[in-house]
Amino acid sequence: MKISACSDSAIIVEFGDKIDRDLSSLVLSAATTVSNAQLSGVTEIVPTFCSLMVQYDPLTTTSAEVMAQIKSLLNTTNDHKTPARKWSIPVCYEEKFATDITEVAATTGQTIEQVVKLHSEVSYHVYMLGFLPGFPYLGDLAKALHLPRRTNPRTRVPKGSISIATSLTSIYPFESPGGWHLIGTTPVELFDLTKTPPALFAPGDQIKFEPVSGAEFIAISNQVAVGKFALKSIEITP
Amino acid sequence: MTPVLKICVPGIHTSVQDFGRAGYRHLGVPTSGALCRSDLRLVNRLVGNSATTAGLEIIYLGPTFEVLADSMRIALSGTGGSIEVLDMPGAIFPAWQSVHLVRGQKFKVTIAPGLACCYLAIAGGFDLPSVLGSLSTYTRAGFGGHKGRILSSGDEIPLKLNSVDMCDERTFATLPDMARRAAVRITWGQQVEYFTAASLEDFISQEYTIEPTSDRMGYRLSGRPLKHKDSFNIISDATSVGAIQVPGDGAPIILLADCQTTGGYPKIATIISSDVEVLARRSPGSKVRFTCVSVREAETIARNHEATIRSIENSMVPVQTSPQLNVDALYDANLISGIFDAGNRQQD
Repeated sequence: MKISACSDSAIIVEFGDKIDRDLSSLVLSAATTVSNAQLSGVTEIVPTFCSLMVQYDPLTTTSAEVMAQIKSLLNTTNDHKTPARKWSIPVCYEEKFATDITEVAATTGQTIEQVVKLHSEVSYHVYMLGFLPGFPYLGDLAKALHLPRRTNPRTRVPKGSISIATSLTSIYPFESPGGWHLIGTTPVELFDLTKTPPALFAPGDQIKFEPVSGAEFIAISNQVAVGKFALKSIEITP
Repeated sequence: MTPVLKICVPGIHTSVQDFGRAGYRHLGVPTSGALCRSDLRLVNRLVGNSATTAGLEIIYLGPTFEVLADSMRIALSGTGGSIEVLDMPGAIFPAWQSVHLVRGQKFKVTIAPGLACCYLAIAGGFDLPSVLGSLSTYTRAGFGGHKGRILSSGDEIPLKLNSVDMCDERTFATLPDMARRAAVRITWGQQVEYFTAASLEDFISQEYTIEPTSDRMGYRLSGRPLKHKDSFNIISDATSVGAIQVPGDGAPIILLADCQTTGGYPKIATIISSDVEVLARRSPGSKVRFTCVSVREAETIARNHEATIRSIENSMVPVQTSPQLNVDALYDANLISGIFDAGNRQQD
């Protein structure tokens, strides 16, 4: 664990340098520990794959003070388990809903059916949220599906797109530019301002994708539109 | 009838912004809010608002508005900018003073030459819903502000007040320094070790130009490309406002209010908190130089900056003559030369 200042209003705690679930547990536990301590002047606590950023108001506290407090906290009590949920997310992998699935199958030497099976049989870990409100970074993707990002990012990726790149997979909560490969679409809302918290997923959650047909996709979309779709999730103890 | 401020002629990028939403970056929600917080804070003071009340952030080109309230008090930031009341010859009011308007009056905002943005404060503020604790517009996800987007022609922004009291209009005895040419101060960043020693030296010795593709997410700089020692990809980590990331092409991008909360490029440096607005005020084509300070020095600078802004707030005085000629605007329009002494109006 290495604590350093990155500016006059943020410090970073680094735990390692790889994408790994044990490392992620350390980061997420540290985030919970720091959050629970309610340190004066702290404004943001942002866990990522390998590190935790803590932002603060430089008129209220100082870098040295925040670093000392966090060092002391994490040296004594960094074993918090945050309650997490396991989600089942419906995804339509049919070509109409999966712009790049044919190309992904060809590039990786799989059939489309194998791509769907490889992607939907794994339970993914939410490492972090970033890029867009509610955008989850999910791992770990089956090795057979690892691809670099697209060389030409798209200017418009549709909302709900299920995407893959490197060892990760994600869902676009909003239409946005994006460089990942699109292999499906979900009708589920990932970011809803009327809910607290507004993001559906939290770091530490688990996600399993459940293949649905185009007809089921439309039926679920209609239910989502009127607030009648009951998303399946259960609480899990890490 | 609900009091509103109507947009007659839109600018290029005008949006409702306050001091942003804190505490949601871990959900991927950027802070948003005014690029230049001190400017918004000071114009809010001139119209009697609290420092963080939402105003309009006007980038690149000033819109024309119509007052659809019984009366209204407004103030504009940016030394050299002006508010011109249409159909009232000579009614041009300089930035940094409050202006009283009545129903049906139209006014045009002009941004000071060389500045990228200015702020328009309205006494009482907007009657808009708070989203995650803020009125700030975040266009990428389409929430906050007025319908989650920049303002366009015909928009009517609801106001809290239908009328304001007649009182002395106010200005500051000490005008804020727009720091148009000052070096922008940085501390070294999270991934400074990703860059060659020569590139670190180059970063703080060269003069950069702000690119036209800059926006509220980030300012792009052109100059001599920086070199990474080895890789230009990192495992994505958290970003902060003012962080300077360097992608593979070696051209720095300064992350601003609407930037994404995580990123996969190495961050060479972070602009100190009080200088983010110094950078953000500069328009595309402007030059930027960086100079390095320690975190401890940056903290002292942050406290001194706060003291400076507070002393400007405390220097509020009644406007002497009204309506007042905008000497700067006249200079800029080449209408006069060398007749008036502009005095301390240009504080660079």
